[in-house]
Amino acid sequence: MAIPLIQFINVSKNFGESHVLKGLNLSIYKGEITAVIGKSGTGKSVLLKHIIGLVQQDSGQILIEGQPLSQLSPKKIKLFYQKLSYMFQDNALFDFMNIYDNIALPLVENSRFPKDQVNKKVLKRMDQLGLIDIEKKFPSQLSGGMRKRVALARALVMDPEIVLFDEPTTGLDPIRKKKVHSMIQEYQKKFEFTAVIVSHDIPEIFNVVQRIALLDDGIIKFEGTKKDILDSQSKILNDFIAGKDI
Amino acid sequence: MLNKLIEKFGEKTINLLKSFGRIILFCFSGVTNIFTLPFQFAKIIEHMWFIGTKSIFVIILTGLFTGMVLGLQGYYSLVKVGSEAALGAAVSLTLISELGPVFTAIMVTARAGSSMAAEIGVMRISEQIDALKTMHINPVRFLFSPRIIAAAISFPLLTALFDVVGIFGGFISGSMMLGINKHVYMDTVIQSVKIHDINVGFYKAFAFALVTTTICCYRGYYTHLYSGFGARGVSLSTTNAVVHSCIAIFIFDYIITFFWV
Repeated sequence: MAIPLIQFINVSKNFGESHVLKGLNLSIYKGEITAVIGKSGTGKSVLLKHIIGLVQQDSGQILIEGQPLSQLSPKKIKLFYQKLSYMFQDNALFDFMNIYDNIALPLVENSRFPKDQVNKKVLKRMDQLGLIDIEKKFPSQLSGGMRKRVALARALVMDPEIVLFDEPTTGLDPIRKKKVHSMIQEYQKKFEFTAVIVSHDIPEIFNVVQRIALLDDGIIKFEGTKKDILDSQSKILNDFIAGKDI
Repeated sequence: MLNKLIEKFGEKTINLLKSFGRIILFCFSGVTNIFTLPFQFAKIIEHMWFIGTKSIFVIILTGLFTGMVLGLQGYYSLVKVGSEAALGAAVSLTLISELGPVFTAIMVTARAGSSMAAEIGVMRISEQIDALKTMHINPVRFLFSPRIIAAAISFPLLTALFDVVGIFGGFISGSMMLGINKHVYMDTVIQSVKIHDINVGFYKAFAFALVTTTICCYRGYYTHLYSGFGARGVSLSTTNAVVHSCIAIFIFDYIITFFWV
């Protein structure tokens, strides 16, 4: 099998007395969508934040294409992080900026693009996500679902190679949920980005992703493809999917 | 028991030193990022409007009443020794080198500094600062640097306004209400105030701008470290920002007065 794009080896993370990750192992492959599922509060968001560098592990290693992240040069680390984009669970939109500025922010601040190109890119993303005629509105004036789509537009506006979605469909109605799922799937096929999705949408998420990892008690208890899930005799996985307490 | 007490004291001291180190690094990073391209003109203007323009009314009001009180108190003190003619000098020197910069800084901290701490604190707890990092935007440069510049320009200008309005307040009390000759009042103001006094006032205003903006933004930025997450954390950060800024204003006022006056 190919070398994973991102690999967690025995990663542990504590916050004070709370042991969130306890020697976690996980592989994320290039061009695939991996879903991380598990009960609330098991450290799924913490896992994503390790990838983007918002949280540092206490022990263990994170490998990028087989090389330990800690041993990469600062330039290479910067280049890696530039390929990433993150969609936050609570959207993390800027209240003091209108919708257009929120989506345009990464393009404007990184100043690689001329103004007309920024405008074109932002309007294109807004159009693709059904965010028409709300450019001048502020996040507080939008519904929860709309805010989610704005956050998604912002995450995709830089055409990232790796996108980390932290519960992208929480708070959306079933129709919007389906739309977001198909949009992720469609974009992933189109741009061939790698994605990691933390999700509670079971079983819908299985139709979107190529790989699934079940996080429980600080470790990955199941990791595999959709076919592996169907074939799996894992009691913990089957109980979780069936909605039983694990 | 004694060991635990010493341990606790040591821990507190280390935490205090860490905080000092962190705040100095934060300030240094904010100041150096002012000079990184592209310049943030629009944001500087926006913050100047918020820190400066929106504080004008409160500065005029406090300046006027401070001057009027100084005029009254000064008159009653000076009349005892028959020197009421020196009221203009007493009011203007007190305002320009001392009360003007200090009161301006306190008022602006209460109005704009608290708001800075709260805004940045909310950004911290709602992961907006983390979002900036994930977009490869330096949060210190984005949030703190334009505010330092805006404060460094606004504080001296507001101080000058406070001084002028305060001197006029003294004039209202001394000349219009208590009968000191208006020409004598203005003449003593002009004769007594030297350029050095005005400079000292501006040095103080500039230093207070740097110190209070740093403390307020720092408190908001590190809300999660000191006050925890949530609304209570932000409210504690805001309170601490104002209290610590006011203490710092008085400490720096003493230091600057000691070295420059």
